[in-house]
Amino acid sequence: MKFGVIVFPGSNCDMDCYYVMKDVMKQKVDYLWHKDSIREDYDCLILPGGFSYGDYLRAGAIARFSPIMSSVIEFAKKGKLILGICNGFQILLEAKLLPGAMIKNNCLQFVCKYVHLTKLMSQTPFTNFEKEILKIPVAHGEGHYIADDNTLKELQNNNQIIFRYCDEKGQVTESANPNGSIFNIAGIVNKKGNILGMMPHPERCSEEELGGLDGKLIFESIINHLNT
Amino acid sequence: MKANVYVTLKPDVLDPEGLTIKNALNTLNYKKIKNVRMGKFIVIEFTDSNREKVEQDLKKICHDILSNPIIEDYTYKIED
Repeated sequence: MKFGVIVFPGSNCDMDCYYVMKDVMKQKVDYLWHKDSIREDYDCLILPGGFSYGDYLRAGAIARFSPIMSSVIEFAKKGKLILGICNGFQILLEAKLLPGAMIKNNCLQFVCKYVHLTKLMSQTPFTNFEKEILKIPVAHGEGHYIADDNTLKELQNNNQIIFRYCDEKGQVTESANPNGSIFNIAGIVNKKGNILGMMPHPERCSEEELGGLDGKLIFESIINHLNT
Repeated sequence: MKANVYVTLKPDVLDPEGLTIKNALNTLNYKKIKNVRMGKFIVIEFTDSNREKVEQDLKKICHDILSNPIIEDYTYKIED
């Protein structure tokens, strides 16, 4: 399977994503520069974390207009898989490939720590595994997911909410929410289910040496889906 | 032609920055402050002198780029 990791000016998690796909998951992977169009046939695109364009104006607001994004939108329309991590999620929101918006963390601090996520849906290309409570790190200053009541209702009715922040027992509580996101939302998919945006960083826990393997479950799920 | 654009969070969007500023002002003994909201002020200088065209472009710029309509409102003033 062939993966493309998109690199915007200011992306800084692109190398971690590339490394995980190449050396841990043993897949073909390319860096895709933001000014290029997506020429070859990729199976999955990853929009990595970082601070594209310095988070100027709003996180993801300028990256959304990068030349490559028209190819990303076409890729999405074909039903192919896109994974947006952290800043990648913010870019997908700004590009309206996912509903809602992201604002500053409630606490106004940059939060960098392990969190627990409860997985709400297993029937997606990204979450087809048994484990229900994942431990994955977050690192963000603008991770407060926000949407109006109608959008939230739609997300719930269409089973688009994939991850919610929870405690280690899987209880969704206020204290388990690192940024104030509505409904403790940590990750969502679009209606079609081919685009996942998540604030936590699965590429930072895909190896035992780095302290956890829960992130690897997501990448394995993607690969298994592509292979069926 | 110059445009002064103000981008502000919608009234029902939580503004922890504004709240922090308010608390800081209270600490400095400015107690009679009801509320503080933070926004952005952007100045765009156009080379075009056709006011109608400038306003048309500016509205699109404000809606599509300078603000996120889900969470922000904008106002603008055009100066010659």
